[in-house]
Formats: sequence, C-alpha cells, structure tokens
Amino acid sequence: MSYVPQNRNSYLDAAHGLASWLLTKDHKRIAMLYLISITIFFALGGLFAAAIRLELITPRGDLWGPDLYNKLFTLHGVVMIFFFLVPSIPATLGNFLMPIMLGTKDLAFPRINLLSWYLYVIGALITLGAIVAGGVDTGWTFYTPYSSVSSRTAVSTAAIGIFVTGFSSILTGLNFIVTTHRMRAPGLTWFRLPLFVWANYATSLVMILGTPVIAITVLLVFAERAFGLGFFDPARGGDPVLFQHLFWFYSHPAVYIMILPGMGVISELVAGMARKPVFGYSFVAFSSLAIAVLGFLVWGHHMFVSSQSLYAGLVFSIITMLVAIPSAVKTFNWTATLYKGSISWQSPTYWVIGFMGLFAIGGLTGLFLGTAGLNVHLTDSYFVVAHFHYIMVGGAIMAYMGGLHYWWPKMTGRIFNDSLSKASAILVFVGFNLTFFPQFLLGYMGMPRRYHSYPDEWQALNVLSSAGASILALGYALPAFYLTYSLFKGKLAPANPWGVKGLEWTIPSPPPTFNFEDDRQVVVDEPAYNYKPAREVHVG
Amino acid sequence: MSHAPITSVRTYVMVWVALLVLTVITYVVATFDFGMLNAPIALAVAGIKAALVVLVFMGVRYNTPLTKVVAVSGLFWLVIMFALTLNDYLTRGWLGIPGR
Amino acid sequence: MANVTESIGARQALAPEGAASAAGAHTLHGTAAGHGHHNPNLQHHFYSMEQQLEASTLGMWVFLVTEILFFGGMFLVYLVYRMLYPEAWVLGSNHLDVAMGAINTVVLLCSSLTMVLAVRAAQVGSRQGQVINLVLTIVFGLTFLVVKYFEYAEKFEHHLVPGPNFDMTLPQAAQQQLFFSIYFMMTGIHAIHMIIGIGLMLVILWMAWRGRFSPDYYGPLEVSGLYWHFVDVVWIFLFPLLYLLGAHYGAH
Repeated sequence: MSYVPQNRNSYLDAAHGLASWLLTKDHKRIAMLYLISITIFFALGGLFAAAIRLELITPRGDLWGPDLYNKLFTLHGVVMIFFFLVPSIPATLGNFLMPIMLGTKDLAFPRINLLSWYLYVIGALITLGAIVAGGVDTGWTFYTPYSSVSSRTAVSTAAIGIFVTGFSSILTGLNFIVTTHRMRAPGLTWFRLPLFVWANYATSLVMILGTPVIAITVLLVFAERAFGLGFFDPARGGDPVLFQHLFWFYSHPAVYIMILPGMGVISELVAGMARKPVFGYSFVAFSSLAIAVLGFLVWGHHMFVSSQSLYAGLVFSIITMLVAIPSAVKTFNWTATLYKGSISWQSPTYWVIGFMGLFAIGGLTGLFLGTAGLNVHLTDSYFVVAHFHYIMVGGAIMAYMGGLHYWWPKMTGRIFNDSLSKASAILVFVGFNLTFFPQFLLGYMGMPRRYHSYPDEWQALNVLSSAGASILALGYALPAFYLTYSLFKGKLAPANPWGVKGLEWTIPSPPPTFNFEDDRQVVVDEPAYNYKPAREVHVG
Repeated sequence: MSHAPITSVRTYVMVWVALLVLTVITYVVATFDFGMLNAPIALAVAGIKAALVVLVFMGVRYNTPLTKVVAVSGLFWLVIMFALTLNDYLTRGWLGIPGR
Repeated sequence: MANVTESIGARQALAPEGAASAAGAHTLHGTAAGHGHHNPNLQHHFYSMEQQLEASTLGMWVFLVTEILFFGGMFLVYLVYRMLYPEAWVLGSNHLDVAMGAINTVVLLCSSLTMVLAVRAAQVGSRQGQVINLVLTIVFGLTFLVVKYFEYAEKFEHHLVPGPNFDMTLPQAAQQQLFFSIYFMMTGIHAIHMIIGIGLMLVILWMAWRGRFSPDYYGPLEVSGLYWHFVDVVWIFLFPLLYLLGAHYGAH
C-alpha cells in the first residue's frame, strides 16, 4: 500500500511486511485481519445466496438440481452465520475499539487475541475443505439422524471446521470480559462506559456460555458419523429431539451474539449523529444484559413442532414474549434520542434509519413466530426466512455497515465518499425490502423454506424477491469499491471527523500502536455522550 | 505479589485426606439403595468433594467476588440447560393431548 | 510529573499533565509500575503485577466456565438417556471396573495435592518444591492414563466398544451400546483433557526448573494448576455417575 497516513506514528506504520501483520499483538491490526477474512466469507455467502435466488426465479427446480440446491442453502447458512455474522462486529469493530473505549493500551490477552484469529482461519479453511469436497446438504441446523447417519456429504469435515471456529468466538469473548472488568481506565465506572462496550460485554457473556455447547454438539455428531456411536439415531436408541435441544441451546443465543453488537453500534451512531446522549442510558445498558440472559431461556421456540412436550412449548413461548421487551426498550430509547436531536444527515445516519425500520419489522414478526399456535402454521415456511433475514441482514448487517462507515476514518485514517455511501444505504434498504418482504407473504401463503420448486402462482413474488436481491447485491458491492478507493485516494481524516464525543475520537486517525501515546494513563471524569444541550431559543 | 494468604501444607493435606475419605463414602453410599434418592445423594457427595477442590485447592475462597460469581455462573448455566431440557422430557403427556 | 498511586480500585489523579485533547479525558505521565520497581514479567498493557495476576486468574476461570458447559452437554446426554433407559444404564455400569475407577479417582486427588503444593512452593520461593511436586503431578497424570488404557483394552476384549464388534447378545444391547457410547465419549474427552494438562505441566515444569517462578511471579503456574484441578473435578463427577450405578446390586 502506498498511502500516507496523517501521522507517521500510526499503528499501520509501526512495522511493515507480512510477518508484522501475521505475528502482531496489536488489537487494531488483528481487527483488520478479521475484517479482510470476514469480508471474503461474506462474499462467498453472498454467492451462495445469489445461486439460491437464481433458482427460485422459475417455479420448476430446473437450474441446480435438488442435491446441489440443498448444499447451496446449507452452505449459505453455515458461511453467513459462523464465518461472517458471529465474528463480524465483535472481531472487527469490537477488537479495534474496545481497548480504546476502555482507555487502555490493548486487550487483556493480546496473544490469545491473535490465536483467536488463527483459529477462525483454520476453522474457515477446514470448512472450505468441506465445501470443495462436495459440500454439506443437511441445512445449517444439521438435524439428526440425517446429518449424523444418512447424509453422504462432508458433514464431519464441516463439523470440525465449526468446532475450531467456535473457539475463536470463545477466546474473543473471554478477552472482552476480562478487559472490561479489570482494565478500565481510572474514573471509567461501568455507567460511564459507551453503550458499545456494554453491548459487546453482554455478547461476550453469550459467547462464553453458549458456544461450548455447540462445540460438544457438533463433536457428538462427528463421533456418531466417525465411530458409529448412536447418540441421536433412533435406530440405536438415540433421540433426535435431544440433538435439537443441544443445538438450539447455543443457536438461539447465537442470534443474540449476532444482533447485540449491532445494537451497540446503533447506540453509538444515534448519539453521535444526533449530538445527544442516549435516552435512558442505564435502561439500554441493562437491556443488553437482559437480552443476554433471557436469550438462554427460549430455545424451544425453534422446536414447537418437534414433538417437544406442549407444556415445554408453552413455557418457551411465554419467555419468548419476555425477551422481546428489552429489544423494544432499546428501539424506543434510540427513537427518543433522535427526537429533538441535532441530526446530521451524513452516511452513518442513513444506515441507522435503515436499521431501525428493518429491525422493528424483524422483531415484531418474531412475536408472531413465538406464539406457539401461529408457529404451527408458519414454521419452516418463508415467513421464518423473512423474519430472520430482517433481523440479521436488515438489522445486524446494516448496523455493521453503519459502524464500518462511522469508524472507517478512525481505523484507516481516510475519508470515504459520503454520497456514494448514502447511495449504498438506500440501495441496500430498497433492495432488502424488495427481496424479503415478499417472503413474508409467500410464507403466510404456505411456501416452505429450503424447497427449490413451488406452485406457479407464487412466481411473481419470487421474481420480485430475486430482483430485489440483485439490487441488494449492488448495494453491498458499492462499499467494496469506494471504501477500498478511499484507502488510496481518500482525504486524510482528522482525529474527529464527525465532531462527536468519545475516547476514540480524542486520538489520531489512525491511532498509534498503544492508542494513547505510549505510557500515558487515561483518566475519565465525565459520563459518556457528554453533549451540552442545545440552547433554547426564546421567540418574542 | 498476590495479597491472598499462603495456605499451609497441613491444610492442604487435611483437605486431601477429607477427599479420600469422601471417595470411600462415595463408594459406600452407592452400595445402598435409596431408591429415588440414589442420584441426588451421589451428586451431593461429589458436590462436596468438588467444593473442597474448588474452594481450597483452586483457592476460590480467597478470590475476588467477581471470580466467585464467574465460577458459580458456569454451574448455574448448566442448571438452566438441564432444567429446561428436562422440562420437556418430564412433562410429556401432562396436558392430556395425545402425542404432546 | 504526577504521582499515580497504585491500587486496583479508583485512583486519584493529581495535577494532570499532557494535552487535554477533549473535555473529560486527559492523560497523565507516569510509569505504570508495581510498587515502584519494574518487574520484568510485567506485560506492557498492565500497570501492576497484581492486575496482571488477577486478569490471568479471571481469564482462566472464564475459560473453565466454557469447559463446564462443554462437559455439561455430555452430562445432559447422559442424564436424558439414564432417565429413558434406567435398567440398561445399570447393566452397562456393572461392566465397568469399579476398582480401576476408584484407583483413578485416588490418583487424581493425589495429583491435585501435589499440584497445589507446587504452587505453594513457588509462593514460598522453593524451586526444589516446585520441581518435585510438578514431577509427581505429571507422574500421577500418566498413571491415570495408563490405568485408563488398561480399562479401555479390557472393554475392547469383552466386545463392549460400540460399533460392529459390540456384543449384541447382551440384554438391552442397543441401549447398553448407547451407555458405552456415552462412557467412551465422556471418559475419552476427559482423557484428552488430561493429555493436554500433562503437556501443559511439562512446559510449566521446564519453566520451574529454569527458576522462572518466584513469590513475585508465578501466574502461569497457578493458572495451569486451575486447569489441572478442573480436570480432577470433572472426574469426581464421572466416577459415581458412570461406575457406581450398579453398586447397590452388587458389582459383577
């Protein structure tokens, strides 16, 4: 790279050469390594999505054939969830910003941080091996006994890949928890922390408590396939529903791993773009913890029709209603923050507004699905697909993009083209709704998920969905160009390009290796988002 | 470096002896049939042994409150996993609807 | 040059120097050192040895929580199937060698004692104590694995290893095979953790032999000890749950 950062003291300039990156202990460089890796897997997952939407343009399964189609949706899910969404915000923005927001030089365990990236890469390569070896056709949910006994695809390899990558998640969470507890700068009490820190902390709790269970679950599936141990095979006395309990014990909290950091980003962007403290700060902070805890008590809402007892279904359904409340609290509080704020209509604001609308729809449709009676009708239909894409793409990915843009000048020292970014946000918003809103209708009308063919009368909606997907793809492709362009030709960024509050904006862009100029100790004596209220204008 | 007091060799050896005695007790109680209480009793004895190892050998009795909370929360989350799963298995047929 | 008092809790910032680059956050000069001198083992991002040790201990405990949940998944599988197939569970348990299980339990308890004595030896500055106790810990660990090997070999001979060679003439053979699947999975993964623990202890032994640890610095030793004790605690639960189910029917 031949660009000149603003200060020759930046972490990007500290050392050169591949070894200085691959053996780095700097949390900021590790964040950049993750950024490159997850972007590659986002593109791969996107290719699988494109293949799916291409097939669904016509009612007959005439493009890929049934076996290949099964592999396409399986790999789309596996890649997007385990190799993009779960690490996305924590491993890139979290790794970069957490130590800075905590006023410290690095995370508690820098070498463990680097190890977590290597584990991600190794797990990713193993899973790529599974893809090259013919793929996996079980669905990302790996339900048994098909996955553990019958499937002739590379399930075992993929299981090992996911197992290894899970440890990447665990180590990141471990680092965040210890750093937040033990390395806050003097004066930085819990209730002065940015909400981004609260959100990543809550996410880390979920990573620690949930990920080991998916690890043992995929290991049990692997053992069943490799050694013929019949844990989940009915023919040998095993119970497939037990697999589902174990699987969803992690995989439901996993969706909170995917959305909580995004909510943290939105809190930061809302405060910054409205130049106002977040309304109800402590409610938003506690709601992150509430989501993390309650999220562990609802997994059975994925199993209403699994032959789980009806009594258990009712318990899970009631608690599912409860877990929606903290998310609603956040949404109300962000809205209240924007109200009468001095809103700056720059790029991050567009991503925030997009998030709020799409997350609201996704969250509300979760309530429909959490109602046991309705779920019987909607389960495994496109309604479910639309719901989770509204949250994970409309919510989490919009938040990720917003955060990436908001902190891009800080991380790279470059300003990107604001107009192109706004165009991307609009393209993504429009493309996303065109892609996924028809899927609510299709699901309600009865179109099952994971099917490559459908009755002719649903073609119009499917074509609309696929057309929307191409607009969505364009919206995601654009940033790849203007952000990369900015690395070479973008204006140099000042320390605080948006004019907002926060420790990260008090240091140069890009920051020096030890964040706060070598051995200086940060002291904090004010709350987060300490904006002065706008003076009231009296008329008359 | 650490402000925790250094435990004496005598204490460690006494705890070790207690653990060995409890191991014998583990076997002895298993030879009696307490019916429904078999598993809870076995787990209780194992729990006492585990508590001795955790509190004394692992030094948790001298650790910060945070470390204690972390240790307990692991166990607590395990209980959540067991409880809500058993909440399925043990309640099948409770609502009188066939097959549910 | 501002003096910064050292403690884990809130600190008083006196006469801050350096640019106050934004309201509310300012930087101080001051060397981040523990107790006025710079311990060479203090990592750059920590300001005191105490903070470093507390962070390491907390970090290991957070990791052990993940291990609790990792093994916990297998305990759940054990629990559910024990509830579904209680007789097969007793029959399976009766095939296990209680004596070997009990020996291994005692071996691990002894290894925990020597482990904690090794840490104590560092706390009182005895290099010899560290080395002797670490060697004993490793020997006990290897003993455990040797006994385990003989146990597994016996299972193999008696056609109790799940798979094509499993003795299907046993009563409730399919469910007993499930018992043995869980037995091998749980004890196998436990054994892998023992192997990792022994590897870790070999590294720690080498460091102790080289005199790396002292009353001022023994973090890696203590933290590795925590891992070792945890592996012991898992076995404390495995022994009664796997080996002693049939004990009140009279071991076979």
